[in-house]
Amino acid sequence: MTAEARAMGMAHAESDGHAVPSSQGINTALLGMLLFIGSEVMFFAGLFGAYFNARAAALAQGQAWPPPGLENVIEPGIVPVLATTVLIASSFTMQYALRRIGKGDRTGMNRALAVTLIMGLTFLGMQAFDYYELLVDHGFGINSGIYGTLFFTMTGFHGAHVFGGVVGITIILLRGLAGQFSGRHHVAVEAVSAYWHFVDVVWIFLFATLYFLK
Amino acid sequence: MATTTVTHPGAIAYRGRRSWLYEWLTTTDHKKIGAMYIFTSFLFFIAGGVMALFIRTELAAPGVQFVDPETYNQLFTIHGTTMIFLFVMPMNVGLANYIVPLQIGAADMAFPRINALSFWMIPLGGLLLFSGYAVGGAANAGWTGYVPLSAQGGAGLDLWLMSLVLLGMSSVLGAINFIATIFKLRAPGLTLLRMPLFVWNTLVTSVLLLFAIPVITAGLMMLFIDRNYGGGFFDPALGGNPVLWQHVFWFFGHPEVYILILPAFGIVTEILPVFSRKPLFGYKAFVFATASIGALGFTVWAHHMFTTGAVYLPFFSFFTFLIAVPTGIKFFNWLATLWRGQLRFSTPLLYALGFISLFLIGGLDGAFLAVVPFDFHVQDTYWVVSHLHYVLVAGAVFGIFAGLFYWFPKMTGRMLSERLGKWQFVLLFVGTNLTFFPQHLLGLRGMIRRIIDYAPNPGWVELNLLSTIGAFMIAASVVPFMWNVFTTLRGPRNAPDDPWEGNTLEWATTSPPPPYNFDSLPPIRSERPLFDLRHGLTGHGPAAAAPRLTAGDDTNRGEAAQ
Repeated sequence: MTAEARAMGMAHAESDGHAVPSSQGINTALLGMLLFIGSEVMFFAGLFGAYFNARAAALAQGQAWPPPGLENVIEPGIVPVLATTVLIASSFTMQYALRRIGKGDRTGMNRALAVTLIMGLTFLGMQAFDYYELLVDHGFGINSGIYGTLFFTMTGFHGAHVFGGVVGITIILLRGLAGQFSGRHHVAVEAVSAYWHFVDVVWIFLFATLYFLK
Repeated sequence: MATTTVTHPGAIAYRGRRSWLYEWLTTTDHKKIGAMYIFTSFLFFIAGGVMALFIRTELAAPGVQFVDPETYNQLFTIHGTTMIFLFVMPMNVGLANYIVPLQIGAADMAFPRINALSFWMIPLGGLLLFSGYAVGGAANAGWTGYVPLSAQGGAGLDLWLMSLVLLGMSSVLGAINFIATIFKLRAPGLTLLRMPLFVWNTLVTSVLLLFAIPVITAGLMMLFIDRNYGGGFFDPALGGNPVLWQHVFWFFGHPEVYILILPAFGIVTEILPVFSRKPLFGYKAFVFATASIGALGFTVWAHHMFTTGAVYLPFFSFFTFLIAVPTGIKFFNWLATLWRGQLRFSTPLLYALGFISLFLIGGLDGAFLAVVPFDFHVQDTYWVVSHLHYVLVAGAVFGIFAGLFYWFPKMTGRMLSERLGKWQFVLLFVGTNLTFFPQHLLGLRGMIRRIIDYAPNPGWVELNLLSTIGAFMIAASVVPFMWNVFTTLRGPRNAPDDPWEGNTLEWATTSPPPPYNFDSLPPIRSERPLFDLRHGLTGHGPAAAAPRLTAGDDTNRGEAAQ
C-alpha cells in the first residue's frame, strides 16, 4: 500500500468515523466564536473593573462622582440615545437576517444584513459626532483625569468592537451577494450574529454605567 | 485505488514539489506547528537562561562588577518575561499541539489555520520584546511591571506592553482552538472521563487562558494609554489608583501560575502509570482536582498583594490554603500510582520523580507565603524568588523535559540516549537545588529581590556564591541535552511505535505519525485503550481482544515511514 493510498484510507476513516462526533451538537466554528466572545467578556470586565474601582475610591474618600466640574458632560442627550436605539434595533435586523437564511431566503438575508450594516455605520458616525462634541465643545478628552480616561477607553474599545462587527457583516453580506449560504449552511452568519449581539449587550451595560449610574 | 489516489487533493499536495522551507512556513499540520513551537521556545529558553547567568554572575560577590544597574534591571525583566511568555507557555502549547490531537484520535486541531496564526505570533512577540534593546533599552520594570515604575521608562516598556498583548492574543486563539478540538474532535468512544490526563490538563489550562489573558490585555491597554495618551488609570494625581494595576495583573497572574504548571502535572500523570506499569490511581480524583485547581486559581490573586493593605487578608489567605487540598490529592495519587509498581527508571520517570520531589518543596514554601504574618516578613525577598523558581524550574522545566524525553520517540522515530539523559538529569537536579535552596535562606536573612548589589552580611556571600555555581550547573545540564538531540536526529530511526508500552492513543500510530495521524483506531472502552489492545479487553467490553479496525497495516508501517 502506498502512502497515498493510506491517505485515502484515512479520508474514508474520517468521513466514516471521525466526523460522527463533530456532526452532533454545536457547530465547531460557532463554538469557537462563542469561546472568543467569552474571552471578550473578560476583556470588558477588566475595563468595568477599572471603572468601579475608580468610582468606589472617589466615593469612599467623600469625593463626588463624576469628579467636580464634569457632572454634566456625559449626558444621555439626543445623540447618545439615538445611537443606542439604532444599535439595539440592529440586533433585531441581524436576527431577522439569520431567520431569513434559516428559511433558505438568501435575498431576504442580504437585505436585512445591508440594513444592519447601515445601522452599525450610523452608530459609529454618531459616536464620532459625540466624541467631536465632547472634545471640542467641552474640552473633555482621554487626558481629562480618570473620568475622561475611563469614558474614552471604554467607549473607544467598544467602538472598535462595533467596527469589527461591521467588517464581519460586510464579509458575510459580500458572501451572501456572491450566492453563498443556504438554509442548512450558514454558520458564518450565525457566528457574526452572535458577535453582533454581544457588542450590543456590552453597549447596554456601558450606556447604563456611563450615562445613568453616576 | 490508484485512480482515486491521484484525484485526492491531499494526496496531490503530499506529492507536490514544494520546497522544504515553504512547507514549514505555510504548514497547518498540528505536528509541524507543535515542533516549531517547541523549537522556538527552546531558543528563547537559551536566551532567557543566558540572561539568568548574567544576573547570577553579577550576584556572585558583593559589589557591582559585571553589568551596570540599568542593564541589570533590563536583564531580570526580560529574563522573567522571556521564560514565562516565550519559553514555558509556548513550550507547553507546543507539546499539547503535537500530542493532544493524537491522544484524542483526531486528524488535526479544530482550526488548523488559526493554529498556524497562533504560532507565528510567538516569534513576532519575541521580536517586539527584544527590539527594546535596539531603541535605547528594553523594559526594566520587572516581569510584573508594577506602576509607577512601569509608567516611566522609555520605548522599551511600550514594546514590552505590545509584545504581551500579541502573545496574549496568541494564547487566547490557541485556547479556543484546544477547547474546540477537545470537545468536538474526540474519537468515538473517548468520553470525557476516558480522556488522558494530559488532555484534561490542557483543557483546564485553556479555560484559564481564555478567561485570564483578556483581563491582563485590558490592563496592558490601560497602561499603554496612561503612558502615551495622558490617561489616568494608575496615576493618583489624575484620580487613578496604582494598586489597580496589581489587581488586574494578578487576576491574570495567578491563573497564569497554573497555566504554566498544569501541563507539567498532565505530563507527569501520563508518565507515572506507564513507567510503574500500573493503572493510574484515582483517575476521577485527578480530573476533579485539576478542575478545582483551575477554579480556585481565580480566587487567590490578592495573595500577591498582602502588604498593600488594600485587600481582605482572611479571604485570600483561606483560599490560598485551600489550593493545597487538590494539590495534596494529586500528590497522594501520584505516590499511590508508584506504590508497589514495577518501576523502570528511564529518563522520563527520573524527571517525573524529580518533579514530584522538588515541586513539593516549591508547594510547601508557597504555603508558608499564604500565612499573612510570614508573608509580611518575606515580601519581595529571595524567599519569593526561591519559591517561584522551585515551582517553575523544578516544576515546569522538569515536567517539560519529562515530556520531551517521553514523546521524542513518537515525534521523531528515534530514541534519545538514556546515558546522556541521565547525566543531564543529575546535573539539572543538583544544579536546581544548589541554585534555589540557598535563596530560601537568603530570603529569611532579609535579602531583597531585584537588587544588583548587597552588603557582605554574615551568610549572604557564601549563599550567593553557591546559588551562582548552581546556575552554571543548570546551564551545563542543557549541553548534554542539545548534544543528545543533535546526535539522535542524525542517527537511524530506531524507535518502535510504542517504545514505552504506553496507555494512550498517540502510541497507536507510527513514530513519527503520518500527516493524517491514524490509519485506524483501536476500540476505546477505558482510559487506557492501548493497554486494552495489548492485553485484551477485560471487564469493560467483549472478553476477546477486539481486532483493529483495519487489518494488516502493521506490516506496512515501516515502508510508509520511509
